[in-house]
Amino acid sequence: MTQTTDQPILSVRDLVVSYRSGNGQSVDAVRGVSFDLYPNQSLALVGESGCGKTTLGLGLLRLLPRLGSIPAGTVTYRGRSDAEVDVLALPKNDLRRWRWREAAMVFQGAMNSFNPVLRIIDQMGDTIRAHREKGSRSVSKSEIWERSADLMRSVRLEPKQVLPSYPHELSGGMRQRVLIAMSLLLDPKLLILDEPTTALDILTQRAVVDVLQELRAERKFAMIFISHDLGVAAELADRVATMYAGRIIETGTASDIFYSPRHPYTSGLINAVPPVVGDLPELASIPGSPPGLNSLPPGCKFNPRCSYVEDRCLSTDPDLLTISARPAGMSHEAACLRWQDVVHERKVVARA
Amino acid sequence: MPERTPLISLRGASQTFHSKSGDIPAVDNVDISVGPGEVLCLVGESGCGKTTSARMAAGLSRPTSGTVEFEGKDIWSMSKEEFVTFRKSVQYVHQDPYASLNPIRDIHKTLSAPLLKHGIAKNRSEGWTQSAELLRRVDLTPPENYLPKFPHQLSGGQRQRVAVARALTLNPKLIIADESTSMLDVSIRVGMLNMLGRLRDELGVGFLFITHDLAIAKYFGWRGKIAVMYLGRVVEFGDTPDVINNPQHPYTKALLDAVPEPDPDLTKTKKPGGGLRSADIPSLRNLPPGCTFHPRCPLFEEGTCNTVRPELTLLDSGRQVSCHVVARRGSINAPAGASAGGS
Repeated sequence: MTQTTDQPILSVRDLVVSYRSGNGQSVDAVRGVSFDLYPNQSLALVGESGCGKTTLGLGLLRLLPRLGSIPAGTVTYRGRSDAEVDVLALPKNDLRRWRWREAAMVFQGAMNSFNPVLRIIDQMGDTIRAHREKGSRSVSKSEIWERSADLMRSVRLEPKQVLPSYPHELSGGMRQRVLIAMSLLLDPKLLILDEPTTALDILTQRAVVDVLQELRAERKFAMIFISHDLGVAAELADRVATMYAGRIIETGTASDIFYSPRHPYTSGLINAVPPVVGDLPELASIPGSPPGLNSLPPGCKFNPRCSYVEDRCLSTDPDLLTISARPAGMSHEAACLRWQDVVHERKVVARA
Repeated sequence: MPERTPLISLRGASQTFHSKSGDIPAVDNVDISVGPGEVLCLVGESGCGKTTSARMAAGLSRPTSGTVEFEGKDIWSMSKEEFVTFRKSVQYVHQDPYASLNPIRDIHKTLSAPLLKHGIAKNRSEGWTQSAELLRRVDLTPPENYLPKFPHQLSGGQRQRVAVARALTLNPKLIIADESTSMLDVSIRVGMLNMLGRLRDELGVGFLFITHDLAIAKYFGWRGKIAVMYLGRVVEFGDTPDVINNPQHPYTKALLDAVPEPDPDLTKTKKPGGGLRSADIPSLRNLPPGCTFHPRCPLFEEGTCNTVRPELTLLDSGRQVSCHVVARRGSINAPAGASAGGS
């Protein structure tokens, strides 16, 4: 499924994102994240609210709000021309050009991503005009229409109906699909989606998931999608990375993560989400609640909630340890000193 | 039909909202009932009438036609005293714990206000001890830490527990939980569901549990019933494990074929579009004739489905389905590729 070329499209090393929190203090919302994303690969970032998923996504495109900054780390992008782009050092104008043309983002909350007083076709046109190459000829209306209509069809929407509409005239699922289409307007090689299916109904969510799968097969872009919905992650991801308190604590293929998680947090998270069909499993909640970012415990950040905790967990915050090494970023790694002891099982309470 | 008088029952209840652009039949002829200690899950997509049905059951809005009965009595022709008893016995837990708690009341005041008002607590110190007891019930321990706090000092999960504790103040017989766990993070949601399950088992509280999440409905309502709603009507009703694992109505089937599963192998069996002919939900203002599901239905038959409205029909083992094609077949189909037979 994933074609492996030797070069990752995106390399992130020790990325730190912090927010100023008043009184001259700051909290680190992302605390040293490293990963490689290969072309045509899809990576799911999962975790609970406040674990830093969205902040990481925003940080990769330097879209952080004013209070956010990136004090450390590197983000390297290798696009069409194979030249390396240091995203964090891009000057403002080049950054603007790089975004959308090379890497685009679909934000959470489709309604807020549109200008409510412009028709969809006008918003499409704005994007195309704002990002055209320097010195190239102007883009005609019919060309904008054709390119937009093409994309609308690829997200299974009727161009004649959707393009002349205002955002409020569309349903939630349609808006989300328009937004995905719009992000692909300049044929980016990397797409970051923040909770693309949250707050959609089951059948609408299914339509969005189907569309994303088709588009990825057709247009071959790499995808990072941020979701707290493990079902969507299982469906769309080649790779899954679990985040906790600002770090990636486990990464692996979808089967690694869902069938043999080696970090107690991942295991707990999966056991907290019941599958719909089949027997009734026993669900266990993870005791306690996620730590505040300004009062992280010493050692492993999960230790106050962990049932495998030992003395050494209170002093060491482990890096990702390799469980099984594979090429192209598909290795299974977990940041747990006791990963060998972690047993993942789902007890069945009642048979169907 | 349970042999005992159900706690609450909606009989042919309908609610039509009037708007400038026409009438909106939000709920149409719904029959549901919940008995003591029973769980009824209402599932369906947004706008299918789940919340409107729940509001009618709670006596928060009056049905345009049909009746709502509490222990066999029509609540809208009750005497004032009876109505107060009904109101005390049926409590509502809302979706958003950020909006449902008064921000300028501390937890003690939130919980003791109804206790004092209804004379369950004689004085302030009794109010305090009873509030503490309620917090212990919802696993907020030690209660002394939480009682003086204000809602903004609590996390979402803690607030929702306070909302449940408040619903328990008057010893209700029925709790209506309207998407009460959907705003919570997964690890916290399970704790909340287990806590609600304990209330059901220990206190014998009945639950009308509304959710759009089939997995949650299955988990919480395993020993109860489930009613699947579509455009204001119940389209399938039966025991939760049976409906989830062997759906009969094409809409229920589509929902289950569409829902992504947290299991990479299982989720590959899902059908694109849930196997439906159209992804768009018709507007309530302009419902299709006949069966309202026919424009999307894979079993659609010209002539019957688009002219005659199906009623809920009883199949084997208490399952009710409102579909012409399934009703004609008359019995429950075995699940495709089932390995073990259900009971």
